[in-house]
Amino acid sequence: MSMIFTIASREFKSLFLSPLAWTVLAILQCILAYLFLTQIETFTLLQPKLATIEGAPGLTDIVVTPLYSNAGIILLLVTPLLTMRLICEERRNKTLSLLLSAPISNANIIIGKYLGILGLLLLMVFLITLMPLSLLVGGELDAGKLFANLLALLLLVTAFTSTGLFMSTIAGHPTVAAMGTFGILLLLWILDWTTGMKDQRSELFEYLSILRHFQNLQSGLISSVDISYFLLFTATFILLSIRSLDNERLQK
Amino acid sequence: MENLIEIEHLYRYYGKYCAVNDVSFTLAKGEVLGFLGPNGAGKTTTMQMLCGNLAPSSGQIKINGFDLLDQPNKAKRSLGYLPDTPPLYKDLSVQEFLHYCAGLHGIAKNSIAQAIDKAKERCGLADVSHRLIANLSKGFQQRVGIAQAILHNPDIIILDEPTVGLDPIQISEIRALIRELGEDHGIILSTHILSEVQESCSHVQIIHQGRLILSESVAGLNLHMNTGGLQVTTRLAPDASVLLAIPGVIAIETLTDHQIIIHHSVTHDPTKDITETIIAAGWELQELTPVKKSMEDIFMDLTRDSDS
Repeated sequence: MSMIFTIASREFKSLFLSPLAWTVLAILQCILAYLFLTQIETFTLLQPKLATIEGAPGLTDIVVTPLYSNAGIILLLVTPLLTMRLICEERRNKTLSLLLSAPISNANIIIGKYLGILGLLLLMVFLITLMPLSLLVGGELDAGKLFANLLALLLLVTAFTSTGLFMSTIAGHPTVAAMGTFGILLLLWILDWTTGMKDQRSELFEYLSILRHFQNLQSGLISSVDISYFLLFTATFILLSIRSLDNERLQK
Repeated sequence: MENLIEIEHLYRYYGKYCAVNDVSFTLAKGEVLGFLGPNGAGKTTTMQMLCGNLAPSSGQIKINGFDLLDQPNKAKRSLGYLPDTPPLYKDLSVQEFLHYCAGLHGIAKNSIAQAIDKAKERCGLADVSHRLIANLSKGFQQRVGIAQAILHNPDIIILDEPTVGLDPIQISEIRALIRELGEDHGIILSTHILSEVQESCSHVQIIHQGRLILSESVAGLNLHMNTGGLQVTTRLAPDASVLLAIPGVIAIETLTDHQIIIHHSVTHDPTKDITETIIAAGWELQELTPVKKSMEDIFMDLTRDSDS
């Protein structure tokens, strides 16, 4: 167990040795802050009208939910860039043998790497969450809905990261890993867009779509189907990563 | 003596190409095993398999009594490995890097600082411990690689070409370090520099085209090298048949009319008889030099033999 922590903390610290993590954090925060402010602007414009309507959407619906949706889309672009180097770079720099010849199982290596990078993404989610929390100064939030959004985004990043880790394990070059991750995630994201066409509905596609599950959770409906979708998704890619690292020893 | 490494019938195929072909050997405590072979002979492949970086196609590897396949973590605990390219994180300082390695090898928290200091001192890294590895010279990077391999005081140290890229002073330091470590560890080192084997190893193995073609102690090898001969130069052409008749002479090789090499056995040195015969025959002896067989010669002979 301590080995997992050793690898994870090294991975997390190493991210901050290069400008990448700092840049990503800064840009993400900048863009989302801008979107957040526009959303608040919209709310203040709509507020007089909303006050007259019974059961109108509140502050949380108008500001928080779009913020987390946008964060999801931006993380879809950003996660592949953060995860692409995880195993791939180690293999290219020949440092992977350091891990492989140490008394650590491949599962521990993969989980350590996963937790390390997940740390950065959790930090991002935390920084994003500070924005809606700042609204508490002058308004009231629907705590349940905020929690649902937070949970949705957390589950989303665990899934994104596991995909990125897997692609980094199988790809020979970080760029390929990033493109592969982005491809898979975007495909799964847009999978249920076909639903609207000609009233054709594919239950399979709907189930596979990340967006569908993400939105379900965001709406405040925390169902075990959606949660287990994300957990299964993450577990599958982590297991595949471990398998693929095992295969590393078999062939070259 | 208890064996640290036992390897039985190890094979490794890359596709159809057989890189390691039926290699078996053992390594005991206090032995320094030199692994010799031309490029592409299978040295690195064998070492990678020993360290669990590569799975063998068939065969068994036991390290400290633990099977590498069944109990990899227990087996790897007693291994220190320096691959041919030192596995270094270039954006860490030497201290940070060694600290990370200590964690990976599960060194207890309270003895990490001590272990790092010892490894740094042994490899002469104390002055550079806060510099980034990326900014170090190739020689220092190599030393960091060695420090990483000996950090957790493993029973078995496997070094893949440890002296590549070092200057002569560093090379002799590293060789001295290897000899010192060899006293209470088992060491395998691969190289294609033959004098290195003679200087720092107790045993030598020559691997060629994936096959082990010689497994011998260095003392035994030295004995081989002394079988040789005498290079004789005379003013008049000598009669080979007369010299061949001298007891102890095995063969005569004619270089020119006036220069021959006499091969003789080690146990029965016929030098005295030869000189007397030549003088008595009136061929006028001009030069008599003992010819020693170098390790290079043995190496060339063996690798050439198995080619044909």
